[in-house]
Parts: sequence; C-alpha cells; structure tokens
Amino acid sequence: MSTVLDVAAAAFLLAGSGLALAAGVGLLRFRDLLARSHAATKPQVLGVLLMLAGLALWLRSGPVTWVLVLVGLFQMVTAPVAAHLVTRAGYRTGKVAPGSLVVDELTEDLRAALHHEDDGER
Amino acid sequence: MTVVLIICGVMLAVGATLVLVRLERGPTMLDRTIALDTFTAILIGVLVLIAVATRRRDIVPILAVLALVGFVGSVTIARFAAVEPEGEGRILTLEEVAALERERLDAEDAELAASDEEHHGGPAQGEVIG
Repeated sequence: MSTVLDVAAAAFLLAGSGLALAAGVGLLRFRDLLARSHAATKPQVLGVLLMLAGLALWLRSGPVTWVLVLVGLFQMVTAPVAAHLVTRAGYRTGKVAPGSLVVDELTEDLRAALHHEDDGER
Repeated sequence: MTVVLIICGVMLAVGATLVLVRLERGPTMLDRTIALDTFTAILIGVLVLIAVATRRRDIVPILAVLALVGFVGSVTIARFAAVEPEGEGRILTLEEVAALERERLDAEDAELAASDEEHHGGPAQGEVIG
C-alpha cells in the first residue's frame, strides 16, 4: 500500500514539475499579454495542486494534509484575482489588440456604462 | 525517489529560468507581473520538493504564506498600471543610467547655486524673534 502511495506521489510531483516547465516555455514563446497569462496559470493552479497532492501522499500525516488543502484553496482564490486584475489593466492600457479577441464583452460593457453615464448627467 | 526528485528539480529549474528570461525581456510591466506570479508558483513547487526530500513538516506553513501573499505585488502593480511610452519598458544600460544621474546632479547644483545664501540657516519666515 505504501509503495502504491509513494509511486502516486512521484507521479504527481513529476506532473506538477512538467507543468512548471510548460509554463516557462509558453511564457517565453507566446506573443501577447493574454496568451502569456494563459500559459502562466498552468503551474499556478493545476501545477501547485498536483505538487501539494504529491507532498500530502508522501508525508501521509493528517494535520499536514489539511494545511496543504488550505494552501491549495488560498492559491485557487488568489491566482484568479491577480490574473483578472493584470489582464484588465492590460486591456485598459491598450496592450490587447482589438482584433485578437473572439468574444469581447468588456468593450461592450464599457460602452454601455459610458452611455448610461451620459444619460444620467442629462 | 531520488531520481524522481532530480528530474522534478531540473524541470522546475528550467521552467524558472525561462520565466526569468521573460521577466527580463518584458516588454511591458504587466508581462513582468505575470512572470513574477508564475515564479512564485514555481517557488512553491521547489519548497514542496525540499519538503519531500527532507520529510520536513515545518516547510508547509511557508507554502501557506506564499500562496496567500504571492498575489499582493501583482494586484498593486495592476492597480497603478498606466500607458507606457514606447521603449520605456526595458532595463537601462549603464551609460544611460550614468547620463541620467549626471543630469540629476547638474540640476541639483544649478538649484543650489540659484538659491540665496542669506536664506540658509536663518529663522523661519514670519517668525517673531525676541
């Protein structure tokens, strides 16, 4: 049983490290801010979760496992906040090419908000 | 397990190096912010590897701290992101830094020379003496 758990831990660690490597390659080779942001989330969410799972399987101790669950939750709460704010700031400062988006709801929303503001002033 | 740890370590090191290259190239502040976030995630992975290798449990709280505060920097930068002029988002060469420093020192000297000597060390204006 312990051998199985150790092998599973090793597999999780390898998968997590592989995602970190993939993120490095993606971050270096992708062209614009949004594509790089896509590559950056790989180790931030799945990579960290896999490595934490590997550590939990390796240490096999109750309290440590719960702290690791907490670490995973923190990471899943904070990573999207940071990514959202950074890409939104990139959009607002003109670092996203308008033609490169398939769905562009922020532009419509900003326009709608602008119209709403104009109506309110009158 | 040692072999697995070495392979993981090499992959993390290569990934971190590539992220650092992006951190240096930019081209914009926000690209660097994303690279910094990714680097924090890789750092968590490295700490996990250390915890696995040494079976230490006291490293686990450090993971919690990193996961919590790792995003503060990028949120701050995103809040103050502004439109950067072309060519601004790069690291200056030594000569450019020296030129900027000389300019600053010259401006300081000029300011010092322009100010009236009498007003240095005197009482504050409007103060009633005696």
